Amino acid sequence: MVWRVLLTVVVVIGSAFGAFYAWAWNSEIPPTNAPATLFDPGIVAKGAQLAAVGNCGICHTQAGAKPYAGGFPVQTPFGTIYGTNITPDPDTGIGSWSETAFRRALHEGVDRTGNHLYPAFPYDHFTHATDSDIGALYAFLMTREPVAKANRAPAVPFPLNVRLFAAGWKLLFLHKGQIPPDASKSAEWNRGAYLAESLGHCGACHTPRNVLGGEKRDGQFAGGQSEGWLAPALNAASPAPVSWTAEQVYAYLRNGFAKQHGLAAGPMQPVVRNLKKASDADLRAIATYVASFAGLQNDADREQETQKALDFARSRDSKVPMPPSGAITTSTRADAKPGRTNNDSAAPSGAVIFVGACASCHHSGGELPVSRPIELGLSTPVNAPDPAALLRIVLDGIHPSSGERGPIMPGFSRALTDPQITALVSHVRSQFSRQPAWPNIAAALTKVRQNKEPATEAP
Amino acid sequence: MNAMPPLTRRLLLTTGGALVVSFALLPKLAALAQNVPKLPGDLDKTPMLDSWIAIDAQGRITVFAGKAELGQGIKTALIQCAAEEIEVDPAGITLITADTERTPNEGYTAGSHSMQDCGTAILNAAAQVRGILIELAATRLNLPAEQLKATQGTVVANDGRSVRYGELLTGQDLHRPAQPTSPLKDPKNFVVIGKPMQRVDIPGKLTGKPAYVQDMRPNGMLQARVVRPPSYGARLTQLDAGAVESMPGVVKVVRDGSFLAVAAQGEFQAIDAMEALSALAKWEQGPVLPEQATIYDTIRQLPSNDSTILDKGTPGQQGAHTMRATYHRPYQLHGSIGPSCALAIFEADKLTVWTHSQGVYPLRNALADMLHMPQQQVHCIHVEGSGCYGHNAADDVAADAALIARALPGRPIRVQWMREDEHGWEPFGPAMISQAAASLDADGKLIDWQYDVWSNTHSTRPEGPAGNLLAARYLAQPFAQPAPKPIPQPEGGGDRNAIPIYTVPNARVISHFIPQMPLRVSALRALGAYHNVFSIESFMDELAHAAGADPVEFRLRHLDDSRAHDVVTMAAKEFGWQPDAKLPRGHGRGFAFARYKNLAAYCALALELEVEHETGAVKLGRIVVAVDSGQAVNHDGIRNQIEGAIVQSASWTLYEEVTFGRDGITSRDWSSFPMMRFPAAPESIEVHVIDRPGEKFLGTGEAGQGPAAAAIANAIADATGARLRELPLTAARIKAAIGI
Amino acid sequence: MTVLNVNGQQHRIDVDPRTPLLYVLRNELKLNAAKFGCGLGQCGACTVLVDHEPVFSCILPISVLEGRYIRTVEGLGSEGRPGPVQSAFIEEQAAQCGYCIPGMMMRAQGLLEHNASPSDAQIRDAMAPNLCRCGTQMRILRAVRRAAKAMMADAGTIQETAK
Repeated sequence: MVWRVLLTVVVVIGSAFGAFYAWAWNSEIPPTNAPATLFDPGIVAKGAQLAAVGNCGICHTQAGAKPYAGGFPVQTPFGTIYGTNITPDPDTGIGSWSETAFRRALHEGVDRTGNHLYPAFPYDHFTHATDSDIGALYAFLMTREPVAKANRAPAVPFPLNVRLFAAGWKLLFLHKGQIPPDASKSAEWNRGAYLAESLGHCGACHTPRNVLGGEKRDGQFAGGQSEGWLAPALNAASPAPVSWTAEQVYAYLRNGFAKQHGLAAGPMQPVVRNLKKASDADLRAIATYVASFAGLQNDADREQETQKALDFARSRDSKVPMPPSGAITTSTRADAKPGRTNNDSAAPSGAVIFVGACASCHHSGGELPVSRPIELGLSTPVNAPDPAALLRIVLDGIHPSSGERGPIMPGFSRALTDPQITALVSHVRSQFSRQPAWPNIAAALTKVRQNKEPATEAP
Repeated sequence: MNAMPPLTRRLLLTTGGALVVSFALLPKLAALAQNVPKLPGDLDKTPMLDSWIAIDAQGRITVFAGKAELGQGIKTALIQCAAEEIEVDPAGITLITADTERTPNEGYTAGSHSMQDCGTAILNAAAQVRGILIELAATRLNLPAEQLKATQGTVVANDGRSVRYGELLTGQDLHRPAQPTSPLKDPKNFVVIGKPMQRVDIPGKLTGKPAYVQDMRPNGMLQARVVRPPSYGARLTQLDAGAVESMPGVVKVVRDGSFLAVAAQGEFQAIDAMEALSALAKWEQGPVLPEQATIYDTIRQLPSNDSTILDKGTPGQQGAHTMRATYHRPYQLHGSIGPSCALAIFEADKLTVWTHSQGVYPLRNALADMLHMPQQQVHCIHVEGSGCYGHNAADDVAADAALIARALPGRPIRVQWMREDEHGWEPFGPAMISQAAASLDADGKLIDWQYDVWSNTHSTRPEGPAGNLLAARYLAQPFAQPAPKPIPQPEGGGDRNAIPIYTVPNARVISHFIPQMPLRVSALRALGAYHNVFSIESFMDELAHAAGADPVEFRLRHLDDSRAHDVVTMAAKEFGWQPDAKLPRGHGRGFAFARYKNLAAYCALALELEVEHETGAVKLGRIVVAVDSGQAVNHDGIRNQIEGAIVQSASWTLYEEVTFGRDGITSRDWSSFPMMRFPAAPESIEVHVIDRPGEKFLGTGEAGQGPAAAAIANAIADATGARLRELPLTAARIKAAIGI
Repeated sequence: MTVLNVNGQQHRIDVDPRTPLLYVLRNELKLNAAKFGCGLGQCGACTVLVDHEPVFSCILPISVLEGRYIRTVEGLGSEGRPGPVQSAFIEEQAAQCGYCIPGMMMRAQGLLEHNASPSDAQIRDAMAPNLCRCGTQMRILRAVRRAAKAMMADAGTIQETAK
């Protein structure tokens, strides 16, 4: 009896595995030689715009190396996966992939030879892309410069490195098929929904993930993580003091800057750079869709909230008046309040640091012609639920790419000590935000410093 | 290393030679100018030898130059010229530069004129002084001059007797006019000129010695900052400065009309007070600026004064190929790394200003006009500042300092502009437009050339009237800005280098001078030559392409000047230029050549670069240059200038453009006006100097600007097939031009 | 009163503790090398070393610098006895107007203290925060390479002597 039960269990498990294996098994699609000349320039152009919306270039380009030739380290909780070479090089890139193979990769997360791809490649989004869009993307990629650059093996520990695990992941999180249009919404909204949810894969960063790394379906745009940065919530949970409008989202995506919110930093910087090649209409559509998740949808409410936020921000965004020389010494804590988190009593007060280190840019100087950042009170990181993003910016600063116009903020990672950064960030929070103080900035700082990802690979 | 000038007037007045010099500085008498041949260089303007060279009883030699060190290394080269011809060790020479009470008036240190005008003057004056010394020694030793030789500060006779220079001269021996010809040494015997000599100013600058006007801090000095209006022409309508006057360290808020400044004990206190003042001040906005998006159309529609600066043969010939092209250049910044700075003191009815102005005499006159003072009561002394690259805010900040000093007599006032002031208020290099048309015959020879250039003035430098000083226009009794004037040919302003150096039988060049200035503009290094050489040398490549010719060979085909041939050939050879070179995908090479102003240094360069197809980003590779500056006094100085010109021009060419909205200038710092950073600098620059011993000095400082721009554009076209004609050649524009 | 350790000397400074270091170096301590360029941390003319790290002194209040080791160009050597980085810059004649060069030298010194033999790309990346408007970049790069070699050779000599 026992044996029979055991045998049954083994058979059931065995056949389940067999069935799973059979399901998970994919055949190789034979190699092809796709001649670049066959592509319609109009299709290639459409593919270029879709590649911009999809930001393919970010994960498939190593810093300082050839575009689309792979090597970018994508950090996941499960290990580091390196973006692959998607140039048409036949040996190291996707030059031998047919359009069918390419489509299968995007729709099903399976490479040409039949291997399951890790979901760091967001096929849970791309699966919604139309065949014709994927065809255009294919045409665009196949007309790029072929670059011979071998792919780097993922640094994923056993047993996660067994590719079959990816198949299991798909069972849970890959929901194939197109997104049904919402007839109650405008055509622009539906276009935005399609772009944002498929190629745009906004949720890959802005939607929280569960322990298995799948996006939480009930938490769409509720905020996630990217490369050690906070990808802020875009829905009602957004920490932005001013509720986003479609116009503001559009300005942000188009120019990397929205007056009421600030500028794109961290991993959003290259996204905005890529989106320069996206069409205005597509960006407006995405903006309309994304803004429809924002907390306030009523114009009057929003106007009132915006005004309140602006009034507060402006009331706080001024330099602390200069006391007589020598009146403040490093042992005096100008901004000391009971309950303030600052473990190091020897640290100068955050207010003192702020004036010397930050105020030359972050101050309101009347009509002083400074190309000044927004009021800190409007900043999302300053108002975020935890200090990680603000700490990250204080440590690393913000740097435009070579020769490009764009805000420069120097990093203070090496200039200020940890207690000083803690005091400064605590001051910024209490001075510029209506949100409660962050409870443990020092611990968050330690964590952010540990999370420091190398911007480029060591040579 | 220049020591900081003494501050007290007593010290200034007691320094030896001041009286002699002031007498020596009398302008050349009109009578002298009649029927007298032209004297070499600026001796023609200041002929007295003792205006240039003084030798005291101890034999110590002081050389006076009206040109100033701007970082171009002129001090070193001038000392070399003097040392060579006077026959002394360069270390024994003290050089005094640009001081309205001590040195000749040589106008501005600008236009690559310093070696041509001042170097030539000093070289000849020194040779003539040596001649005088030998004559005096001949009398003293009762020997014919032929038996005497000057060496190491001594005149030595064949018989072994010798007299030191200091013993030979009495009071007025050098107080005589220079002669048209000088007993110049044979270049074969040069021991200083053309020989390696390190820059005299570098060690001090690199070890923290006070080297700049920014570093002056006399006792009692106050730090001042100016609150500039929010935009051009804005007027200060309301200000209650009481709160600022009681801020710590604040000594005085100075207001005169819409000129607003604050002086404080500490520098950070002054900055803090400036920001507080700025927050309190209410302004009435000035006239709106034109739309940036259509600025070139706006400029073209402004009235212009047109002059035909070349009319040769019968322009309008049709050939086998006719080509046309239009080129644009935006407003661009000088962008000194150190914002402009000046120190002034107003004492006993006299104003003394330490300034990094390019022209202490013209500045003195303009300050005197602004303050309604006699010119003799204003003393301007040049002290180095951060590199200026033309007319930046140096004169403006001197005017600021003068106004504040007048309000606080007896206190030395130091004013430094903030970064935002410098970016927003300096006079920019003007936006320009050019149109070129040319025809080739069936053999690929140019038979027709027509070129039009539209530009504002390239000089609103202060001269006599105060209106070109920024602050003067905002006073309660404002000074009007003087009507702008074009700089005439052959040097030209907007039309500098607009006349092609190439041989074309039929040609017409028209310069369209536009008096009305939408943005504040003035001289930026190379003036119109930057744009015109960019245009002409881009066009030459387009023509070479049409003629099926190699660009280097095509240029040589149309060059008659043998020295031009030499630099073009040398640059091509050292680069390894092959007419049919096959380059990897995305790589390109470009060539360009110009003779600055068609009368100064020759410069040819070849470079290679790579364009990233997906982004349009340019990576500069190897750059090889050949330059002919005539007699090369300091080879490394020439190389340093050319390397600098190329890197600076590459930054202008690839990235730089002043931005503005209707309400004012919006490029106010290095984030809104990016320039080249180290990772984008070229892989290498190799400069080959063609030395021409005995030939005239040819100004070099600006020679690289135009060729660098054109060579980059030509290499981009070679790499991508896309011809860009609007500066800057940004990655976005390149990407847009090359398509998907 | 703020106590600052600059180039190995203790200074008691009685100015507002929020004052950026640059103004104290220049005006209170009469050290000329660090320069005002932008006051915004964009150009590097004010670069000094704090605990071996290059920082922008124009945006660093003195209050955060107590107990830390500040170095300026004046601490690298003198006109009579220039330090290895200064010597390399002089030998390469790596200056035009020279205004940005002290900041460049401190940035280079900081790099070489962390990485004795940097690659060309590493030097360019490390120097990226500092701007030079005269276009002296090629010479500055050469000077940093020369300084690296000289410092390596010095280190070698010291090691040899120690043996």
